[in-house]
Amino acid sequence: MGRYVARRLLQMIPVFIGSTLLVFLMMYALPGDPVRALAGEQHVDPAQIAQIKADLGLDQPIWQQYLQYLGNLFQGDLGTQIGTKRPVADVIADAYPITVRLAIFAFIFTVVAGISLGIVAGLKAESLRDRSLLGLTLVLISMPSFVLGFLVQHLFAFQLGIAKPNVSLEPTNSELIMPAIVLASLSLAYVARLTRTSVAENIRADYMRTAVAKGLPRRRVIGVHLMRNSLIPVVTFLGTDIGALMGGAIVTEGIFNIKGVGQLVFEALGKREGATVVGIVTLLVIVYLVCSLLVDLLYAVLDPRIRYA
Amino acid sequence: MPDTTALTKSTDVPAEAQTPAATDAGPAPGKPRSLWSDAWHDLRRNPLFLISMVLILLLAVMAIFPGLFTSASPRDANLAEHYLQHPKWGNFFAPDWLGYDVQGRSIYARVVYGARASITVGVVVTIAVTLTGLVIGMLAGYFGGWLDTILSRITDVFFGVPFIVGAMVILTTFEERSVWVVILSMAFLGWTSIARVARGSVITIKQADYVVAAKALGASTTRILTRHILPNAIAPVIVVATIALGGYIAAEATLSFLGIGLAEPTVSWGIDVSTAKDQLRNAPYVLVIPSVMVSITVLSFLMFGDAVRNALDPKMR
Amino acid sequence: MTTIDKTAHVPAPRESVSGDGPLLDVRDLHVEFHTRDGVAKAVNGVNYTVSAGETLAVLGESGSGKSVTAQTIMGILDMPPGKITQGEILFRGQDMLKMSNEERRKVRGRKIAMIFQDALSSLNPVLSVGYQLGEMFRVHQGMSRKDAKAKSIELMDQVKIPAAAARISDYPHQFSGGMRQRIMIAMALALEPDLIIADEPTTALDVTVQAQVMDLLAELQREYNMGLILITHDLGVVADVADKIAVMYAGRIVETAPVGELYSRPAHPYTKGLLDSIPRLDQKGQELYAIKGLPPNLTRIPAGCAFSPRCPKAQDICRTDVPPLAPVTEQDGLELVGRGSACHFWKETIHG
Repeated sequence: MGRYVARRLLQMIPVFIGSTLLVFLMMYALPGDPVRALAGEQHVDPAQIAQIKADLGLDQPIWQQYLQYLGNLFQGDLGTQIGTKRPVADVIADAYPITVRLAIFAFIFTVVAGISLGIVAGLKAESLRDRSLLGLTLVLISMPSFVLGFLVQHLFAFQLGIAKPNVSLEPTNSELIMPAIVLASLSLAYVARLTRTSVAENIRADYMRTAVAKGLPRRRVIGVHLMRNSLIPVVTFLGTDIGALMGGAIVTEGIFNIKGVGQLVFEALGKREGATVVGIVTLLVIVYLVCSLLVDLLYAVLDPRIRYA
Repeated sequence: MPDTTALTKSTDVPAEAQTPAATDAGPAPGKPRSLWSDAWHDLRRNPLFLISMVLILLLAVMAIFPGLFTSASPRDANLAEHYLQHPKWGNFFAPDWLGYDVQGRSIYARVVYGARASITVGVVVTIAVTLTGLVIGMLAGYFGGWLDTILSRITDVFFGVPFIVGAMVILTTFEERSVWVVILSMAFLGWTSIARVARGSVITIKQADYVVAAKALGASTTRILTRHILPNAIAPVIVVATIALGGYIAAEATLSFLGIGLAEPTVSWGIDVSTAKDQLRNAPYVLVIPSVMVSITVLSFLMFGDAVRNALDPKMR
Repeated sequence: MTTIDKTAHVPAPRESVSGDGPLLDVRDLHVEFHTRDGVAKAVNGVNYTVSAGETLAVLGESGSGKSVTAQTIMGILDMPPGKITQGEILFRGQDMLKMSNEERRKVRGRKIAMIFQDALSSLNPVLSVGYQLGEMFRVHQGMSRKDAKAKSIELMDQVKIPAAAARISDYPHQFSGGMRQRIMIAMALALEPDLIIADEPTTALDVTVQAQVMDLLAELQREYNMGLILITHDLGVVADVADKIAVMYAGRIVETAPVGELYSRPAHPYTKGLLDSIPRLDQKGQELYAIKGLPPNLTRIPAGCAFSPRCPKAQDICRTDVPPLAPVTEQDGLELVGRGSACHFWKETIHG
C-alpha cells in the first residue's frame, strides 16, 4: 500500500507539470495581448507597450517564461497581477473561501439527495417510481446550470419572494443554499443514476439471495449487504466530482453574482491576466489530483478485491 | 458408481438459479442475433428512443433548412414596432408567435435559426472527439508498454484541466469566435473520456480468445485492430459519445451565455439567454424560450444516448 | 402442532418436537413465472417429504424446476416474476406459505438453511468471512461481536478450514473454491438448523474437492441428525449420500425411489435415459447414449407427458394424457415402498 501511494504521488508530478504547462501555453502562446487588453480602447505608444512587456518578462521565449513560472510556483509565488499589482496568491486567497463553501454545500447536497434518490429508484427498478425518477434526472442533466439558475432565481426570488436573487458581498450560509442546489443539480442527477444502476444490478446478485436465506432482516440485507457493494462506484464518482463542482462554480457564481474564484477567473480572462488564470487552474488541477488519489485509496479500502502491487 | 456425469449434454453448469425464462426466453430459438441487430430490435420498441429520434430529426431539419419553419429573419430588428412585444400564443409559427426580444427580433425566428449552431457544434465536436479518443485509446490499450504510459499520462493531463475553464481560456484568445473556433476548443479538451473508455475496452478484448486466435493464425496488427478489436470495442465508445453529445450542446450554450462562446452575428440560444437575463423580471419568456430549446435539444440527445446504452448493454436492464 | 420456538438457542432433540410426521412436506406445489414471453410454468404439482436425518436427492436438468422448488421452500423466490399459484409447504406441520414475512424470516437460517452452488458469488465479496459467519449469531441470537467471532472460528474449525483463527478476517476471494464452499456450509450450519437445502453444492468444484465437500456435508448431517435436500444434476454425487431420489422433469416429479432401487431398476424412460448416458468403463469404445432433443420450453410445455417428444417409447396416449405419479409394484403386485413413476408404461419400463 505504501509503495502504491508513493508510485501514485510520483505519477502525479508529470501530470501536474503537464496540466499547468498546457494552461500556460493556451494562455500565453495563443494570440491575444495582456498589455493591450490593459490599455483597452485607448491608443498607447508601442514603445511603452514593449517596455511594460520587458518589465513583466513577457518578451522572453515561452519556455523560459514557463520555467520561470514553475520555479516561482514551487516557492509559493504565483506571480503578480498586471492591473492591480497585487500578488496573485492574495487575490486567489480572497476569492477561494466562498467557492469552497459553495462547493462543499453542493457536494453535501449531491451526496444526500443523489444517493437517496438512487436507492429509492434502484430498489424497485423498472417500476413507475424508478422511471419517473430516471426521467427527472434526465431533465436535470439536460438543463445547463444557467438555465436552471435563472429558473430557480425566477421562481424563488421573483415569484415567491422567499430568497434574494443575488447574494450579498459576504454571503451567509443560507444565502448560498440556492446557488449550491443549482451547482449540485448536474452531479446530483449523475449520482442518482449511478446509484440506481449499481443498486439495481447488485440487488440481483447471488450474495443478496444468500443474505435473505440467512434470515437477516430486510434493513440489514439492504443497509449492509447491498449498500456496501453498491456504493463503491458511487464513491469513486463523487471523488472525481469535487473537481467538477469547483469548475462548475464559475457559471453558478456568475448567475448569483458571487465574488468567488469563478468570477475571478472570468474577470482575469477578460483582462488577460495570465498569472491569475494559470494560478486558479493550477489550484483546480491540484484539487483534482488529490481527490483522485484519495478515491483510489478509498477504493482499496471499500473493495478488498482490489489490491495494489 | 460413476464419479461425475453431466446430466445434460448441452451445458455443464445449469443456469437454473435464475428464472427459467432467462434460459428459455428469446423468440425464435436457434436464430443467432448479433449485439447490433439485438440492439436494433430493442430500440425499435423503446418509446424513449422513438420520441428522441423524432425530436432529433426535427432539430436536424431545423438546422439545415430553417426557412421551412419561418419566413421571418432572425436578424431583422425593429425596435420601434416590436420592442418586447409579448407572445401571441395563438399565432402558431408566425413571427410574433413567441413574441419579440429587446431588439425587436422575432424570438420564434431566432429559436429556429439557433438550432444550426447548437447541432453543428454538438455533432462535429462529438465526431472529432470520438475519432481522436478512439485512435489514442486503441493505440494505448493495444500496444501497452511505454506507449500506453505516455498516452495515458497525456490523457491525464488533458483530463485534469477543467473543461469549461479550459475552453474559456482558449476561446478568449480568439478575436473572431466562429462556430469552428468553438468546435476546435471543445474538441481539443474533450477527447479524454472517450480515450479512457476505448483503452479499457481494448485491454479487455485484447485478451479474448478470438483475438489470441487471430494472432496465432498470423493476422497482421492492422487487421487485428480493424477487424477484431474495433468492432468489439466500439459499443461502449458509442454509448459514451452519444451521451456526451448532449453535454457538448449544453457546453456550447453555456460558453455562449458567458459571452466567451459564439458571438453575434451567429444566432445562438446561449447568446439569446444571456441578452435576455436583464429582462427576467418583466419579460421572462425572452429568456425562458431559448432556455427551453437548449434543454429540449440536450434532452433529446440524452434520451437517445440512454436508449442506445440500454440496447447495447443488456446488463443494465 | 408446535409453533416455532423463538428463544431456543440450543437445538432441542429433534424427534420429540413435533412427534411423528416428516420435517418438511411439500404438497402439490405450483410456481409460475410471468415473463415478457408468456407464463413459464416452472413447478407443476410437486410433492415430496423429508424427515429428520434423511437425505432426499432431487435430480433434474436445468429448467426442471428443482431449484425453483428449493427457492420456494426457502422463501427466496423473486416475486414477481415468480408466483406461487397452488400448494402447501408444511414445515413441522405448519404451512410456511401462510406465515407472515417476519415469521418466515425467523425460520430462514435458523430452522432451514441453504447452501448455494457458486460460493464465490454467493458470499458477499466486500465483507470478511468472519463477519458473514458472525452475522448469523449476532442477528439471530443477539451475540456480541466478540462472542460471534469466537463462534465463527469454531465453525470454521468444524468444517475443517486450516488455520481458522488466522483466516477469519480474510475475504471470500482469498479462499480456494473448496474452502469457500466449506464456508458456505459453515454458514448454513451455524444455528444448527433442522433442514439444509443444498443446491448443486459441488457443481462448481474440482472432482477431487467435490468428494471431500460431499463427505463433509454427509458427516455433519449425520452428526446433527438434520434433514437434507440435495439438488443436483449429477447422478454420481447422489449415489453415495442420498436415501431417496426424486427425478424432476419440466416441473414435475417423474419418478421417486430409494437410491439403490432407482439405479438398478428405473421405472421411467427419462431416468433410464439418464442412467444410460453415464459413460461406463465396461462399455468402452461404444457410442455413448444421449437423450435426444432438448428440455421443453416452460412457456409451452407439450400436452400429455412432457417427456413424450423425447421418449423412445412414446405412444398416442402419452401425447394426450398426463400420466399421474403411480405407485410402482413388483410384477406380482407387491408394493415397492417409496417408489412411484409418472409414466403410462412404467410396468414395461421396469419389468419389460
